[in-house]
Amino acid sequence: MRKYASVRAFRDRISFLIDRKAFLYTVIFLLFLGVVFLISVGMGEQLFSPWKAFNIMLGNGSSFESLIVQSFRMPRILISILVGISLAVAGAILQAILRNPLASPDVIGITGGASVAVVLFLAIFSNESNALTVSIHWMPLAAFIGATIVAILLYLLAWKNGLSSFRLVLVGIGLWALTKALTNLFMIIGPIHQAAQANVWITGSVYGSNWSNVQILAPITIVLLLIAFIMTRHLNIQELGEDIALGVGARLERQRFSLLLLSTGLIGSAVAFAGGIGFVGLMAPHIARKLVGSSFGNLLPLSAIIGAVLVLLADTIGRTVFLPIEVPAGVFTAAIGAPYFIYLLYRQRNA
Amino acid sequence: MHVLETKNLTLSYGEHIILDQLNLTIPQGKITVLIGSNGCGKSTLLRSMARLLKPASGSILLDGEMMIKLPTKEIAKKLAILPQGPVSPEGLTVLQLVKQGRYPYQKWLQQWSSKDEAIVQHALQSTGMAELSDRLVDSLSGGQRQRAWIAMTLAQDTDTILLDEPTTYLDLTHQIEVLDLLFELNEKEKRTVVMVLHDINLACRYAHHIVAVKDKAVYGSGKPEDIIDRELIRDVFNLECEVVPDPVFGTPMCVPYGKGRLMNGVKKNDIHIHA
Repeated sequence: MRKYASVRAFRDRISFLIDRKAFLYTVIFLLFLGVVFLISVGMGEQLFSPWKAFNIMLGNGSSFESLIVQSFRMPRILISILVGISLAVAGAILQAILRNPLASPDVIGITGGASVAVVLFLAIFSNESNALTVSIHWMPLAAFIGATIVAILLYLLAWKNGLSSFRLVLVGIGLWALTKALTNLFMIIGPIHQAAQANVWITGSVYGSNWSNVQILAPITIVLLLIAFIMTRHLNIQELGEDIALGVGARLERQRFSLLLLSTGLIGSAVAFAGGIGFVGLMAPHIARKLVGSSFGNLLPLSAIIGAVLVLLADTIGRTVFLPIEVPAGVFTAAIGAPYFIYLLYRQRNA
Repeated sequence: MHVLETKNLTLSYGEHIILDQLNLTIPQGKITVLIGSNGCGKSTLLRSMARLLKPASGSILLDGEMMIKLPTKEIAKKLAILPQGPVSPEGLTVLQLVKQGRYPYQKWLQQWSSKDEAIVQHALQSTGMAELSDRLVDSLSGGQRQRAWIAMTLAQDTDTILLDEPTTYLDLTHQIEVLDLLFELNEKEKRTVVMVLHDINLACRYAHHIVAVKDKAVYGSGKPEDIIDRELIRDVFNLECEVVPDPVFGTPMCVPYGKGRLMNGVKKNDIHIHA
């Protein structure tokens, strides 16, 4: 079998080269995501088999079963998937523009910016009896603003006659440390009960997701994802280095700026609804790269699916295994992610 | 007819001037080699001719047009550059790399037209990489890897190719392999090749036209047979040497003085050459 298939239509106006192996992996992981999805729908205090879960989703369950699935589990599962997709794609984009396989939303401080904003939000809008004075629904907006501010800072501080990948990484790590320090500071200054609340958020959890969350997040993720797919060839060329990219006529600064903006949008919206779920942006693109190589046409779809699987698995385990205690999804992604990160560092040292 | 021409070109890094008021022409359909000592600005000059570096003042003309006024993608269809020591990301196949040379021609939805395919195939064939097109770039030998990158610049389908030290880090066999390839591309496909080389003897062998850079200016340019002599090497490289005909090609060959075990085949006891 040939390794590639050329797909062409409308006199080549639509034409792509499809890598069969990558396509196969994408389909397999998509099926796997489907299985995890059905298992997750069935799991909880009320246990259903995946088949039963499927039937309930089709509307063939009792009203009680439908209530559990439709109102409680589905939104949470969908948010997990959307968040996983966003973080993974953002991570893949960052790794390309920073030309560093260890780059991820967490490492360059964008997630941290969101954390600071959330802790501040909880501190500012609380009265003496620790009750929030504004609706908790504004918290995602605060998180998004925090992420955006850090991204802008990152861009401004790293700018010097253009935007070098190297400066971006260094400034990013600096900002990460700063946001960490600020988060800790505000948590210590603030009342103790908020520290607990903030902590769950910072670890990252999709607890309490509802359909209105899905309605906001889904369109944002889908639009940003489409833009990311349109930009794959720019991502590919960025990975070959500045000189090559400029040589083939890429408008590097402009593309880097829009890609950074794109990843900020993805991270900001994910973090807004799920907090700082860590390491997904690092791991998912990496696993995908191992399987299908580093051409972004292959890499982005698979990263997205793997990201979705990771967050969904983490949340499903978190909300079922330790019942009645709920463990935030971020605990599990970190539990796999941190050793993975160390493994990557170790491998880089030996490379 | 000149493909590339610089007019009063001044290049600088910050306050530090690298090349001052340079006027230079690159002949069409020929192999031009830039030579000069380390840090003389020959690579900088090459990079600026590929618009990777903005001139401090003066201008560069591509086919008679001011380069700065041309859209970057239009330039990319006329002129390709292979910078020094390019690094490919992990897990990229030769085909995936070479395909990216089509970047200036691609659109959102049109990323692999029949023409793209034909030109990429041709680039792979003429660099001898067709058999290796499914291999990962990381897994290739140095010479093969360099050929893969050259194939990518060929896929750009330009009349002119600029290469910054294409033989660096290669052993002698692979140096010859790469230079022979460039020679054939010039010979068969009439592409203009401009490159920076360190090895003067190889430069003399392959170049139709040599440009020697010294002290922020062009020291001399012309056919190797006409310009390469003791004096030029002494002035440009600060090196004493004999220039003799290359025993194989008859082109100028520099044999530098210096220290060594033997002199004229005999042990040198007290012979001292003061360069």
